[in-house]
Amino acid sequence: MAKKTYRQAINEAIASEMRRDPRVIVMGEDNAGGAGAPGEQDAWGGVLGVTKGLIGEFGAERVLDTPITESAFIGAAAGAAATGLRPVAELMFIDFMGVCFDQIFNQAAKFRYMFGGRAVTPLVIRTMYGAGFRAASQHSQSLYPIFTHIPGLKVVLPSSPYDAKGLLIQAIRDDDPVIFCEHKVLYDETGEVPDEAYTIPFGEANLTREGKDLTIVAFGRMVNFANQAADQLRRDGISATVIDPRTTSPLDSETILDCVAETGRLVVVDEASPRCSMAADISRLVAEEAFSHLKAPIRTITPPHTPVPFSPQLEDLYVPGVPRILEAARAVMQH
Amino acid sequence: MQYSREFLLDSYRTMATIRRFEDRVHDEFATGKIPGFVHLYAGEEASAVGVCSHLDERDVIASTHRGHGHCIAKGCDVTGMMKEIYGRRGGLCAGKGGSMHIADLSKGMLGANGIVGGGPPLVCGAALTAKTLKTGGVAVAFVGDGGSNQGTTLESYNLAKVWNLPVLFVVEDNGYAESTASGWSVGGTQAGRAAGFGIPCVEVDGFDFFAVYEAARDLIARARNGGGPGMLHATLTRFYGHFEGDAMTYRAADEIARLRAEKDSLKIFRAKVGPGGTASPGDFDAVDAEVTAAIDAAVLAAETDAPPTEADLLTDVYVSY
Repeated sequence: MAKKTYRQAINEAIASEMRRDPRVIVMGEDNAGGAGAPGEQDAWGGVLGVTKGLIGEFGAERVLDTPITESAFIGAAAGAAATGLRPVAELMFIDFMGVCFDQIFNQAAKFRYMFGGRAVTPLVIRTMYGAGFRAASQHSQSLYPIFTHIPGLKVVLPSSPYDAKGLLIQAIRDDDPVIFCEHKVLYDETGEVPDEAYTIPFGEANLTREGKDLTIVAFGRMVNFANQAADQLRRDGISATVIDPRTTSPLDSETILDCVAETGRLVVVDEASPRCSMAADISRLVAEEAFSHLKAPIRTITPPHTPVPFSPQLEDLYVPGVPRILEAARAVMQH
Repeated sequence: MQYSREFLLDSYRTMATIRRFEDRVHDEFATGKIPGFVHLYAGEEASAVGVCSHLDERDVIASTHRGHGHCIAKGCDVTGMMKEIYGRRGGLCAGKGGSMHIADLSKGMLGANGIVGGGPPLVCGAALTAKTLKTGGVAVAFVGDGGSNQGTTLESYNLAKVWNLPVLFVVEDNGYAESTASGWSVGGTQAGRAAGFGIPCVEVDGFDFFAVYEAARDLIARARNGGGPGMLHATLTRFYGHFEGDAMTYRAADEIARLRAEKDSLKIFRAKVGPGGTASPGDFDAVDAEVTAAIDAAVLAAETDAPPTEADLLTDVYVSY
């Protein structure tokens, strides 16, 4: 296995599925870049270079640059999916869902149910989320709970290069609409990624650390922070299990409940705003289903209920980090 | 007229089926048997049938909240539709969609749509499928004058042009977006908007089947042959309200009576064929009787079909989960 970045892993997943299935197409703003411009073709390969090189191998008929028109092209991706293609559409920043949400939640998400099970919508929307880029309030949000809320959508949050490739291949082969959320800070993270194609099933959590004293459930980029915290806690004699659910819809409730039954203590780390978040959702699940196992109150670690600030000093305060996880873990251990 | 007897009777039959279907839904809704709310297409038949006469199994349409006529014109089964409107398990969508979401993808009907302006982006996608897989298909988006003001519609004009998609946008201008007059709500003209995007537009009398049929023929052939998107702007009216129960106090007192007398697309169709045409008045009367019997049977089937069961609540959300 070779070390690859999260960005390379995503690019490999798309390319391997495009080779395998001629119905897979890619569309989005600047996915190649330079359309109609006097300079080079494939000038950008996506705003952060994730789709670089695809147009060279697959051509402009299968790698479509779009105008800046999210309502039209996300809707077109939904319509294409319902009529025989398997589009991988890129919604550059998850924050832009505000201009095309109808096409996602009223159209793509509902076709199958509204049409009595007689529609299949194999659509993947890749989108970049998360704070840490000094990108301010309209380019930094972690809006995955909003998609998780919608029946008919599946929501994926890969936390590592290995997971990114396997989960994206699964998403492209999946027959339901999938919102594939890529954390922008992770694109340059490296990890072992096989060259060949492989899939990771949805709804199966990954235990990135195993321990018996404490359960930490973390999502996306927060998994890395949770791992660092767990390693530090181990040095202090506290063994924590870190659960990366990998997908928020479907959610591997069983693994979370089993683990809490064993440890009796739960910390949830979520980069989304606190209200109606994954942190709130997991807390609700455990409070309802595993209350009798709890030895301490559940602790959630989220940003404050504010927009994402611009100033680096403020943004660093905003994003949950290792110190807050350690503080919460020690508090539940001492309860 | 140069049309064959068979073509005339087939076209008239589809128009009469839409009219009879909608008149019966109007009557049955008033009895309280139909749940929810419905938006009827009666009066606009020439548009749906004139356009869809050029379409085949390769082609896809997307409709609006006022979708029954488009469904029938694209070949959806009227009994399955009526069952759907009644919320029955045997409906085209197993009773889970209702009037505003009737769809039959096997017939290229990508759905009525509860969101005004919801259809045009989807149709761009259906056209992209046809173009990518080289099926020779075209895709048609029906939008009303209300939907013509949605950003999704205007963005779709641009995307269809930029991607050179085989799309026809049919703007059915029935004069009212809900209760608001199109003369008040539409800035500029539909043709002017099309021109702004570099899309050809044909303005047509939407009460005249033959005018719609001929205009749509050229625009659809152009799209099918790689010429890119077109627009058909049909001026027409609806005989009923925005939804059933709409008292239509925004319309002039004698407006509907006058339109029914002077602008009934079925009467105009028969008049254009004329007493000496290849199809006779007796032929059309026979079609009327046949259609009435078919819709009576559809209503009876819908009334007696079983509703969905408790188990149906949870199925069909995902293919797998």
